[in-house]
Amino acid sequence: MNSQRWALQARGVARRFDSTVALDGLDFELGEGEIVGLMGANGAGKSTFVNILAGALNPDAGELTLDGRPYEPADPAAALRAGVVALHQSTDRIGAPELSVAEVLLLDRFADGRSGFFVSPRTIRAQARRILAACGFDLPLDTPLGEIGAAGRQLVAIARALAAQARVLILDEPTASLSAAESERLFALLERLAARGLAILYISHRTQDLRRLCHRVVVLRGGRAAYEEARPVDFDRALEAMIGRPLSGAHPQARRVEGPPVLDVAKLRLRKSAPPLDLAVRAGEVVAVTGPLGAGKSRLLLTLFGVHPILSGEVCLDGRPWRPRDPADAIAQGVHMAGDDRRRTAFTPADWPGGTIAAAIALPHLKRWFPDGFLNRQVERSHAEEAIRRLGIRARGPDARLDTLSGGNQQKVVLARWQAVTPRVMLLDEPFQGVDVGARAEIAAAIRAQTEVATLIATSDAEEALEVADSIYHLDAEGLRPLRAEAA
Amino acid sequence: MSPDLFAFARRGAVFALLAALLVGFSLAEPAFLGLANFMSVLQSVSVVAILASGVTVSMAVGGFDLSVGAVAASTVMVSAYAMVVWKLGAAATVALALAFGLGVGLVNAALIVVVGVPDLLATLAINFLLTGLQLIPTAGRSIAAGLILPSGETAKGAFDPAFLSLGRARVGGVAPVPVLMMLAVGVLVFVLTERTRIGRLLFAIGGNEIAARLAGARVERLKTLAYLISGGLAALGGVIVAARVGRGDISSGASLLLDSVAASLIGFAVLAARRPNVLGSIVGAIFVGVLLNGLTMLNVPYYTQDFVKGAVLVGALGLTYGLGRRRA
Repeated sequence: MNSQRWALQARGVARRFDSTVALDGLDFELGEGEIVGLMGANGAGKSTFVNILAGALNPDAGELTLDGRPYEPADPAAALRAGVVALHQSTDRIGAPELSVAEVLLLDRFADGRSGFFVSPRTIRAQARRILAACGFDLPLDTPLGEIGAAGRQLVAIARALAAQARVLILDEPTASLSAAESERLFALLERLAARGLAILYISHRTQDLRRLCHRVVVLRGGRAAYEEARPVDFDRALEAMIGRPLSGAHPQARRVEGPPVLDVAKLRLRKSAPPLDLAVRAGEVVAVTGPLGAGKSRLLLTLFGVHPILSGEVCLDGRPWRPRDPADAIAQGVHMAGDDRRRTAFTPADWPGGTIAAAIALPHLKRWFPDGFLNRQVERSHAEEAIRRLGIRARGPDARLDTLSGGNQQKVVLARWQAVTPRVMLLDEPFQGVDVGARAEIAAAIRAQTEVATLIATSDAEEALEVADSIYHLDAEGLRPLRAEAA
Repeated sequence: MSPDLFAFARRGAVFALLAALLVGFSLAEPAFLGLANFMSVLQSVSVVAILASGVTVSMAVGGFDLSVGAVAASTVMVSAYAMVVWKLGAAATVALALAFGLGVGLVNAALIVVVGVPDLLATLAINFLLTGLQLIPTAGRSIAAGLILPSGETAKGAFDPAFLSLGRARVGGVAPVPVLMMLAVGVLVFVLTERTRIGRLLFAIGGNEIAARLAGARVERLKTLAYLISGGLAALGGVIVAARVGRGDISSGASLLLDSVAASLIGFAVLAARRPNVLGSIVGAIFVGVLLNGLTMLNVPYYTQDFVKGAVLVGALGLTYGLGRRRA
C-alpha cells in the first residue's frame, strides 16, 4: 500500500477533559480501501478519537482531512453527510425497539426525504430487502428491532451504514455479540467493501479478529499512536505496546474442584423444543458456556436467575430444588447475575440518583446494607472504595459518575456490584464485553479469586472462556457438550 | 465564563431569580415584604406544592400522574358530600377523603402495572373519568349546606368547623395550617425520595426499569407505592381546598393539574437537577406563587396569570435542557 491515497488523515489531534488528557497529539492515517485495526487499553483515547471523527466531539488542537480536504464536522449529522459513519458498541441508538427491521434500515431515507412523502409497506420492504441483499445479510424484515437480539441489531446498523454511502466506516467492537459464523460473514463483507475503496477503521480487543481482517494495526497508548505495523502483525508486541508491559502469557491453570455441586442442572429445557441440558458447577469452579448467538446462553443464565420459568427439568442449589420466582428471590437466596450489555441491564442514567460508582454497586444490596431504610453514603462509599482497590477501577473516587469511566472500568463496576456481597452462585453474561486485554486479565483474576462461589459464565468468545474458566461447555441447537480446554 | 462558574450559575439560577423577584417586588411595593404577605403567598401555593410532590414521586418511577388534578377536585366533592349529606365529622371525612385518593392511586397502579397501560394514558383517562364522576351524585350542583339532592330531599348536614380549620386556622396566629402541611409533606417526601433505599429504588426504576428488576427491585410494588403516594397527596390537597373554600365547588380543581405539573417541571431547573426532585418542585411552586403575588400587587391583571406561568415554565425548561448542555 505505498502509492496509496489517504481517505482520512489526522495530524496532532489533541483533546482533554478537565485534567485528563485523552488524546495527546495523535497522528493517524487511513487509506482508501484499507482496513486498519485500532487497539488500545481502556482509556487510551480510542473512544475520544472515534467521537471526534464522528463529529460528536471537537478536538482541542490538530487537524483532520477527508480525501485531502479539511474535515471539521460540526455534529454527527455533518459527519454522516461527509460519509464518515461510526457504529457504536451499544446498538441502542440505531432505532426504537418497536420499529421493524425494514423501517430502521430506511430511517435515513425517511429522514432526508429520499423516500418521498408517502411510503407504503410494500416499498419499504422492497427497499429494505435490496439493502440487505447488497450486504449479504439475512434478517427478518418485519420483526421489531427490540426482538432480534444484539447481533441482529449490529447487522442492521452495519447494513444501514452501508446504505448511507459511507466513505469511512468506523466499527467499534462489532463482533462483541456475534457468533463465529456471523463474524466471518461480517469480515468477508468488510473485505468486499474495502476492495471497493471503502476505508475501514476497526476497533477491537480481539486479536484473532484483527489478525483475520486488518491490513495494518495501530496501537494507542496515552492518547498517541504507540505502535504501528502492517500485515503480518506481531500481536504479542502490539499487545505489549498497548498495556505497556510484557505479556504474562499462559492461560490460568484449570483447577480440579472437588465437592458436591452448588448448582446442579439436570434435564433443563430452555424452550419447549430445545434439547435438555445437564450441567454442574462446584464452589470455587468457573464454568464457561460458549456457543453461537441464539443458542440460549443468555436464556440459560436468565432462567437460573428467575427471569424465565424453568419449563422442565430439575435445578438444585446446594442440593435443594431451585425455582426462583424472580430476580429478587434469586438474589435473596445467593444467586447473582450480571447481564450482558451493561447499559441496558445494569446502569441507571448517570445524571439520576444512583449514577455514581458507589450507588451502582449498592443497588441490589440496599436492604442488607441499610436495614432501617435510610441511606448511609459512608457505607456505600466504603464498599465502593474496597471495590476500586480490589479491581483496580480507574476513577476519581467512589462518587465518580459512571459516564466518566471507560468501558473496562464500567464492566469492573458491574462485577463489583455482584461481588460486593459474596453469593453462592455467580452468573455472568459476557463479562468481558468491550474490555481490553489488561482489564480482561484483572476481571478474570477477580472472578477466579472467589473460591467459595460457583461461577457460570456465558461468552461467545472462546478465547475469553479459556482465559477465565476451569471447564468449558459449548451450547448450540444440539445441546450442551463439554469442550476440552486444549481443543477449543 | 469558565465551565465551573457557568455550572454554578446554572445551579443557582432559580434561586437567584427568586431573590431578584423578592428584591424587585419589595422595592416596587413595600407591603410585599411583610410576614403576612409572605404567609399568604405560601398559603396560596401550598396545595399546588403538595400535588407537585406527588407528581414528582410518580415521575421518579418513570411515570407521570396526570390524575392528581381530578383527584384533588373530586376529593373536594367527596369531603363536602360526606359532611353535608352523610353528616360525618371532620376526622371521618378526612379519613374517607384520603382513602379515596389512595383508592384512585391503586386503580392507577392496577391499570399501569397489571393491565399494562402506559402511565400517561392511564392517569389521563382516570383524570377524565373523575372529572365527570364528581358531578354525578349531585347532578352537577355544588355542595353546600341545604343542598337539594337529586331525590328531592334537602341535605341536613354542614361543614364541620374542625374540618374548616384545616384550611383556615393559623398555628400561633402566624403560620397557616396548609403551609405547615406543605412543609411537612415536602420534608417527608424529600427524605423518602433522596435519603432512603425506597427512594433510590424508585429512581432506579425510572432510570432503567430492566436494570432495577435485575438488581432485585420489586418493580410492580414500588410503582404501586408511587401512585399511592401521588393519589394520597392529591387527596390531601383536595381536603385543604375543601376546608378553605368551605363548600363543594364543582370548579375548584380546574387549574390544579397544570399548576402542579408546571411546578414539578420547573423543579427540574432547581440546582440544575434535570430530573424530578421534590425540593425543586416545592421551590418551583413557591417561585410561581411569588411571581403571581407580586404582579397582582403591581396591578397586573388577573387574566395574565396563566401566560406568566407558561412563560416561567418555558424559561425553566430552556434553562434545564438548553443552556450549558455543551457537546461532550
